[in-house]
Amino acid sequence: MAERPRLRRVAIVGASLAGITAAESLRARGFRGDITMLGAERHRPYDRPPLSKHLLSGGWAADRTQLRSTEALAGLDLEWRLGQPAVWLDPVARDITLADGSTLGYDAALLCTGTTARQIPHPAQLSGVHTLRTLDDALAIRTALDRSPRVAVVGGGFIGAEVAAEARRRGLSVTMVEALPVPMSRGLGQRMGQLCADLHLRHGVDVRCGVTVRAFEGDRRLQRVLLSDGATVDADLAVVGIGSVPATDWLSGSGIELDDGVVCDPFCRTSAPGVYAAGDVARWHNGLFGVRARIEHWTNAREQAIAAVGTMLADYGAGDAPAPYSPVPYVWSDQYGSRIQVAGRPSPHADAVRVIHRDDATDATVAVYRDGDTLVGALAVNAPKLLLPYRRMIAARTRWEDALAVR
Amino acid sequence: MEITVDPDKCCGYGDCVLTAPELFDLGGDGVAVLLVEEVREDQRADVEAAAASCPVAAIVVHG
Repeated sequence: MAERPRLRRVAIVGASLAGITAAESLRARGFRGDITMLGAERHRPYDRPPLSKHLLSGGWAADRTQLRSTEALAGLDLEWRLGQPAVWLDPVARDITLADGSTLGYDAALLCTGTTARQIPHPAQLSGVHTLRTLDDALAIRTALDRSPRVAVVGGGFIGAEVAAEARRRGLSVTMVEALPVPMSRGLGQRMGQLCADLHLRHGVDVRCGVTVRAFEGDRRLQRVLLSDGATVDADLAVVGIGSVPATDWLSGSGIELDDGVVCDPFCRTSAPGVYAAGDVARWHNGLFGVRARIEHWTNAREQAIAAVGTMLADYGAGDAPAPYSPVPYVWSDQYGSRIQVAGRPSPHADAVRVIHRDDATDATVAVYRDGDTLVGALAVNAPKLLLPYRRMIAARTRWEDALAVR
Repeated sequence: MEITVDPDKCCGYGDCVLTAPELFDLGGDGVAVLLVEEVREDQRADVEAAAASCPVAAIVVHG
């Protein structure tokens, strides 16, 4: 067996939630070597969930999204290389090249480059068409909302839903364009998807389902959105929230196995020795559900970074053998004053869902999902406390009948 | 002993509620709240366990 270098230099690619969590975890577990934090954006690590919530509403200034104070960051003793995307990784030489041509050697590297927002092609000179992934994206959308535009939201997922809710809160006219017959139905099924769609309808959003965008049109500024059914939506601002693409272009040809993300083993190791991945970009086999997937949730970025650091330290003889990383996914969304929470992996099949709680007075709903005879997911709308036991039951692979018996 | 819950950090996991149900609950907005005005010294182990269970370190025990 080849002799492994000592762990003296760790490179973290992605100055994100996963990145800063990994740096904190390394220090908390006693790592005293060099940690370099590489970031494509010029910003120190910031929090993304508020971007489509408190930041869009103007309730938060941009600096409130900072994940850690200047003092806390200083205490971690990190070297920062911000505003320079990584463009190449050589797993044999163990170095990373940045856009400015500089290189950085590493003993171990953690890849947490996340995703980029999926785009709909449109003329580059046409302004008014946005995606929402970064802090700069959110600030640009907020500025556009301040001009009281007619808004088209493309995609009825959580990002689109939160933008629609904020635009309606401002009293703007909003059209939502969703390719599926029912928003959210690919993940939650038609019935619970309709529950989410009803929130939009009740708050005055014009929801168009089963249609896609054919073109964005306008004379330099967006004026119209043409839909696949021939309809035209007048709009000055379009926000496209149709999913995201793992940021792995810079790794193609490096020899690191890629397949809709960076392929990892159950311990967050990539195919290259000394290289690990965490967060939105990592795709691995989650033994709890028996599926190979990426998880694009805040909670996963944090938990997987901690898991990856555990494996890294163990691989270099500085920690106990890690356990396979097999979390229960958890995500939440705030829309129109309602909180939607999803735990586990809901199934879209009609016979997989059971509504176990409904209270019209508080507009609260809890539904659970099964895969065969096992509880695999839960959805709560305006019922945060009722979701609690189901997260634990999903982690414990509770039998469906046993889960239903708990009330 | 003073306990603080940072509502900006809290994501409503509810691990504190499951760990120390006599001390923590989730409000209607999904944010954890401390149920008692003062945490007694004999509840220190419970409140520290709840703080340790928080995935986002939103609960801090001072003193």
